[in-house]
Amino acid sequence: MSAVGQTAVLLWRVMRNLSRQPIWIVFMLVQPMFWLLLYSQLFRRITDLHGFGTTSYVNYLTPGIAIMTAFFSGSWAGMGTIEDLDRGVVERFLTTPAHRVAIVSARIVQSGVVSTLQALLVLLVGLALGARNGGPVGWIVILLASGLIGAGFAGFSNGIALLTRREESMIAVANFIGLPLLFFSSILIASTLIPHWMRTASLANPVEWAVRAARGHVIPGTSWEQIVMYLLLLAVFSIATTVFATVCFGAYRRTL
Amino acid sequence: MDAVVVEGLEKTYPKGVRALDGMTFAIPEGQVFGLLGPNGAGKSTTVRILVTLTNPDAGRATVMGNDVRREPAAVRRTIGYVPQASGVDREATGRENLQLQGRLQGMRSGDVERRADELLELFSLTDKQHALVRTFSGGQKRRLDVAMGLMHRPHVLFLDEPTTGLDPEARAAMWDELARLAAAEKLTILLTTHYLEEADRLAERVAIVSRGRVVADGEPDALKRELRGELVTVELKATADGRATDVVGALDGVNDVLTEGYRLFARVDHGAQAVPTILGALDDAGVEVAAVTVSRPSLDDVYLHYTGRDFRSDDEAGR
Repeated sequence: MSAVGQTAVLLWRVMRNLSRQPIWIVFMLVQPMFWLLLYSQLFRRITDLHGFGTTSYVNYLTPGIAIMTAFFSGSWAGMGTIEDLDRGVVERFLTTPAHRVAIVSARIVQSGVVSTLQALLVLLVGLALGARNGGPVGWIVILLASGLIGAGFAGFSNGIALLTRREESMIAVANFIGLPLLFFSSILIASTLIPHWMRTASLANPVEWAVRAARGHVIPGTSWEQIVMYLLLLAVFSIATTVFATVCFGAYRRTL
Repeated sequence: MDAVVVEGLEKTYPKGVRALDGMTFAIPEGQVFGLLGPNGAGKSTTVRILVTLTNPDAGRATVMGNDVRREPAAVRRTIGYVPQASGVDREATGRENLQLQGRLQGMRSGDVERRADELLELFSLTDKQHALVRTFSGGQKRRLDVAMGLMHRPHVLFLDEPTTGLDPEARAAMWDELARLAAAEKLTILLTTHYLEEADRLAERVAIVSRGRVVADGEPDALKRELRGELVTVELKATADGRATDVVGALDGVNDVLTEGYRLFARVDHGAQAVPTILGALDDAGVEVAAVTVSRPSLDDVYLHYTGRDFRSDDEAGR
């Protein structure tokens, strides 16, 4: 079987196991809805300030919440890997001819798929609140950006999991990167309202690339060239973190 | 052809623990081979090298003719591995675990289903096949572990401490299953254990391992025979004293005498011939006897003989 076929077999396993955790599914679906409802109410009048490109904060916020949900869930993806390491599941895979890259990438692809599903739900809730998000084309761009940023952070998270192999360390890293990356982006607030130095710094933040791509077709002012460029950057980011996770997997295997 | 060849393996872990120190043995095809030794003797490390999980610092190992370092992919296709710490997916059913294992081994789906049916039946797990593994008992989980190792009909099966952690009843059942399996499937089995009984019961040949190397290697009976003779245990009515040791030690055919409390142990060439002589000598010396037994040496005695150390205390120390 090819590496792609093996990735599919392993992806099927993790998706099936996930589907057997009802509490986790509820949490995974309710949390983004909760963010969207809460923030859109709390900051409703923020669009009285200029620079949002729309007078409806829900319009502005919905793509941002899709991206936020995706990168949060990607950051935690390493937890499943740590459980597999602890239970000896990874070692069992390693004694089969399964391709080493397939073992790592199944978890990363899983995060991409889960992030896309969560984004779809955010878009549906947004629609109920009156945010159309640029119609079918806008939706496709948002789903794509969400999937890529989710997978990208899952690669990073899996790499950290393989290096530290401890849940505590994993939690510390995910918490440490989560909020700063959220605030060094225009997820919640228009970039023109962000202090200049923070806006400059945010250009190096993959989360910001994802938000700009996702919002590109929703709010006027972004060209298609820019949207495509951000999506390409996200693709490069996901590939880079997958390579990082694979290198960490090699390091892990050498410690056995 | 030898299914497994291990030559001069050496391995030191980063913290300076010397796990293997010239481990050498070979297993002919079709044999059930036991690596017997206390905790920390290097059994698991040897197995982990043979199943391509880790590399040795020096030495060479082949499985079915393939070098574990140079051709790991070829080795993985020919082996089944049942690790000490399970490795089954607890959130999947018994059948799903077998299916995944089969697919990763590259089996076709029709073959996967047939083989899963066969193994579920063989390990009496058919009733539990659709239950999640986390609901399994320890014995059921262990049987599934072994079934997973056999999924792709490997040539060599590695069983690392197959019954550790099982209660005595489940252990006895597992021994039956493994004995049946060894007879039914034409398999080479390497089993590691720190239960002397288990090695005696299951292995056709045993290598006794101590501190990273093989100290004795042979059929369990042959190893015991090498100790020459049998053990006569005499229970006395009073604490054994120097007089008893002297008279018994002076007899022809008695190689060694030890006393411990009320008991006297004599290592003799022929138990049946020695007992009347020993009893007669003790009677002449006025030592009263309560009971007498003749036993053949155990692997315990073999371990003591070759390492000069007691198996149980080494096992505790290595834990």
